[in-house]
Amino acid sequence: MKLGRANLDEFGATVLALAEKDRDILVVTSDSRGSGKLTPFGKALPDQIVEVGIAEQNLVGIAAGLTAAGKKVFAVSPACFLTARSLEQIKNDVCYSNWPVKLVGISAGVSYGALGSTHHSLHDFAVLRAIHNLTVVAPADNFETRAALTAALDFPTPVYIRLGKRPMFDLHEPDAHFEFGKAIVLRDGSDVTFVATGETVVLALLAAEKLAEEGVRCRVLDMHTVKPLDKAALLAAASDSKALVTVEEHSVMGGLGGACAEVLLQAGVSIPFKIIGIPDEYTMTGSQEEIFRHYGITPEGLAQTAVGLLAGVTA
Amino acid sequence: MRMLQQKSVQYRRTLLSMIKQANTGHTAGSLSSVDILNVLYNRIMDVTPENFDSVARDHYIQSKGHSVEALYTVLADAGFYPVVELASFSRAGSHFVGHPTRKVRGVEHNTGALGHGLSVAVGLALGMKKDGLPYRVFTLLGDGELAEGSNWEASMTAAHYKLDNLTVIVDRNDLQITGFTEEVMALEPLADKFRAFGYSVKEVNGNAIPELVEALERLPFAPDKPSLLLAHTVKGRGISFIENVASWHHHVPSDDEFRLALSELDQAEAALNGARQ
Repeated sequence: MKLGRANLDEFGATVLALAEKDRDILVVTSDSRGSGKLTPFGKALPDQIVEVGIAEQNLVGIAAGLTAAGKKVFAVSPACFLTARSLEQIKNDVCYSNWPVKLVGISAGVSYGALGSTHHSLHDFAVLRAIHNLTVVAPADNFETRAALTAALDFPTPVYIRLGKRPMFDLHEPDAHFEFGKAIVLRDGSDVTFVATGETVVLALLAAEKLAEEGVRCRVLDMHTVKPLDKAALLAAASDSKALVTVEEHSVMGGLGGACAEVLLQAGVSIPFKIIGIPDEYTMTGSQEEIFRHYGITPEGLAQTAVGLLAGVTA
Repeated sequence: MRMLQQKSVQYRRTLLSMIKQANTGHTAGSLSSVDILNVLYNRIMDVTPENFDSVARDHYIQSKGHSVEALYTVLADAGFYPVVELASFSRAGSHFVGHPTRKVRGVEHNTGALGHGLSVAVGLALGMKKDGLPYRVFTLLGDGELAEGSNWEASMTAAHYKLDNLTVIVDRNDLQITGFTEEVMALEPLADKFRAFGYSVKEVNGNAIPELVEALERLPFAPDKPSLLLAHTVKGRGISFIENVASWHHHVPSDDEFRLALSELDQAEAALNGARQ
């Protein structure tokens, strides 16, 4: 796998390229153009960037109003603030009013690492999943970031795109197919399925490679869209596997794992199942990588979880 | 001017009937703000059922969503739908929800949670300015909702971007659900606060049609500044026993109260007609 750039860098470059061709595209920032990798955008297209200052509620309300005025709006702010402080604006002014704002949560999950829990967004899947009329997407690499932004541009309803700031490996060919709500099978196998999203997809893929060396065949389902969940792909994976592990950079409560459990159980599927994410606690202090390691969100940790589940099946 | 005043009496009848029929509604706030809506839709704004689907027109965002009965009433009279449709207000399955919703033609934005409308209006005004559209954005705020900090975030932005195409009207009826604003969370000196945030401010009697018309026909109040009209109103205006009583915020008139209210409106109409002679 080739190491690409951070999804946030891909975002900055993609949105600039799109906006150069369409003057109705605006980005709205809350003192977040630097962290959003939009400084070049601000210099190249000063009339297409709207600064609102450190005021996230206002950011989302203004984005809704600009959309009502016919603009195509990317509202860009750290995911931790965007999806908590502005949650009511997302719920009412964007989703309920149906203004197709493109909400971009930057430095999501534990990207901010040692800055601590104020800056982590480990709740966003859970709260946003419960809001009607919102598509929730966590791109796994630069290709998915580009594809998600392009797809969001003319999407008729609001979209939330969650981006991290660490360089990501390229998981796809440039001509791969991407569609909201359609999971991508990155690797096939019938022992264990990993269902992963966002920056943890690559870890699941590496775990699957490691397990292959031990003769354990894994499917990796790249669930870039957490809502609407690709139920068909999930159920197909579950019926072909002996165990299923979900992986996400999110609380183990209410995120991708919870969404999968809802689907599986209500479809009458019983399968050894484990949700890997951040447990219900304030995260240990460290970088994103150190936090991942602490909670077993590593190729080794995931492989170990999978083997443990399989051992239960054969015991 | 008298035609507008007569409309206000009729609007009060309609909205009280809606609330009585539905057995729910925000009676007093709708009565305080209906004269403002009357002047906006019948005298000031360029918005019709024909141009509604275009961005190139005037816009209205009602931040104080609870006064929805006044808005639905005025929109019916403006031809967005027949007034008889209001009979379904708040009924099971009706699209006339108890707070403004875009399911109702003529409503621009879903409101009801307070402190939201101004940011949306700022976004609309900014977007129209970017496109050089010579239209205006109006938003109506309650006074109680000014305790929401988001209003002040939006106000900073409105002044920063010199949104002289934005007019903020505050329905200053001095009351919120718990009691007088000055007892619940003091707002005064309110005009000074708005001036300090960069608005050009005017104060009027917000239940006096001529005063509203005179102020709103001279927009913006100052170049390069958003305009703020502090409209001093009486909550429950027009029905003596509802006026200035906090408990009428979300109270439905009894049968006797409803009859009495209608008779007061009949008297007000007779007085208007008498004044013509």
